[in-house]
Amino acid sequence: MQSNQLTAQGQLRHFLTIEGLKKPMLTEIMDRAEQFSGITQRQVKKVPLLRGKTIVNLFFENSTRTRSTFELAAKRLSADVMNFNISTSATSKGESLLDTLHNLEAMHTDMFVVRHDQSGAAEFIAQHVAPHVSVINAGDGCHAHPTQAMLDMFTIRRHKTEFHNLRVAIVGDILHSRVARSQIQALSILGVSEIRVIGPQTLLPRDCQTLGVHVYHDMDQGLKDVDVVIMLRLQLERMKGALIPSAREYYRCYGLSPEKLSLAKDDAIVMHPGPINRGVEIASAVADGPQSVILEQVTHGIAVRMAVMSMALGAQQQETDA
Amino acid sequence: MTIPSTHAEIDALLDQMADSIRSQLAGRQPLLIGIHTGGVWVAKALAQRLGDYFFEGPMGTLNIAYYRDDFTRIGMHPQVTPSDLPFSVDDRHLLLVDDVFYSGRTTRAALNEIFAYGRPASVTLAVLVERNGRQLPIRPDIAGASIELPEKQQIKLHNSGGLHLKLKSTEAENAE
Repeated sequence: MQSNQLTAQGQLRHFLTIEGLKKPMLTEIMDRAEQFSGITQRQVKKVPLLRGKTIVNLFFENSTRTRSTFELAAKRLSADVMNFNISTSATSKGESLLDTLHNLEAMHTDMFVVRHDQSGAAEFIAQHVAPHVSVINAGDGCHAHPTQAMLDMFTIRRHKTEFHNLRVAIVGDILHSRVARSQIQALSILGVSEIRVIGPQTLLPRDCQTLGVHVYHDMDQGLKDVDVVIMLRLQLERMKGALIPSAREYYRCYGLSPEKLSLAKDDAIVMHPGPINRGVEIASAVADGPQSVILEQVTHGIAVRMAVMSMALGAQQQETDA
Repeated sequence: MTIPSTHAEIDALLDQMADSIRSQLAGRQPLLIGIHTGGVWVAKALAQRLGDYFFEGPMGTLNIAYYRDDFTRIGMHPQVTPSDLPFSVDDRHLLLVDDVFYSGRTTRAALNEIFAYGRPASVTLAVLVERNGRQLPIRPDIAGASIELPEKQQIKLHNSGGLHLKLKSTEAENAE
């Protein structure tokens, strides 16, 4: 799939996937996020940067955290935000995706933030929007969730400063996880020393090795000496497919208990994109423990999304003028 | 037109400014804020002259990039050092410092940003150089020098081996 997310000048016009981006771009996103994160400490938690812009949250799939942090990010930049939740009942009225889009464009929208359960949906929308509109991918099927990956990178950088000497383990359902896919891409671009994926055979993609990661089926071995542990949500709906025997069995093998965490480095941080299933993939003692940065991730999500939104609309502006 | 450009000339301007600031703000426990990048240099030079006890607390720095009025024309600025106001501005007298006062748009943006932090008692604007070309009903309270320049000329403060001013033709820049 050819993604056309950069302008001719190499700036971010859409943000659809981490794939194909270069290290300076990821660093710029994190640097900008760092600048924006200070705004939260002001009395007026807002800058007038995107005043007069209209941003539409186009969510074809449920989300709490992602949608609300995108909404807050847009509001902190002084943009106007509209939330559009498209349930299956609405699509059953017969309007096609493109017709919906063109209607929203007709309302002079400047940006779509798109979440969809089909891989490639954001890309598809980006190919069909008017030239003055930017598209941000807020998660498409099993494909990508680039802003989540960037807020994770931002959180790691806050705690570890450098990437090149880090050993990062991603644990759980890698196969169905758009978060994991984007994280692995971002971590490799940023040049971490080792990426490990840990999980049962049935939840790891078959071509795992080609992603440049080390595969572990034994969690004790996989966690040894890692600096960062990223837990993924066990998508309980997958259990119907008999990919794992039971939630309890899963916790025994791949749940992050305090004992398992003690195998990682003493200063290892624990991350999770949420929502967490306590007692399924992570113990409460770990999720609420001193090494957990799970809630920080949520906070950082706002600054990272502010960064991406302002970069895309800024690039858009320059392109229109050129 | 001769402009003050050497270190010695700039030093004289700064001495003069420090005197005006002392007479206008003495006894009000002002807080010092410099606007990135040149304003921060000037603010530091003024703080040195006014001594440790004139200003309360550390110097604040403002980066007005997110408050500019030209985002819709030129997009994001390449690199932005975040603003840092390590104090509460509420009910305080502020001395806002910039290097060159030209259109007044930077000051407008800086005032907006300051008000995002709180409600100061007063804001006094001090600049090293005031030039012609004002576009807003805003002007400095204290200026080291006032100069007339042709529209096509820019004046810029540099900080290599001490502060000095340089004239630059904007046409020449485009030709480069």
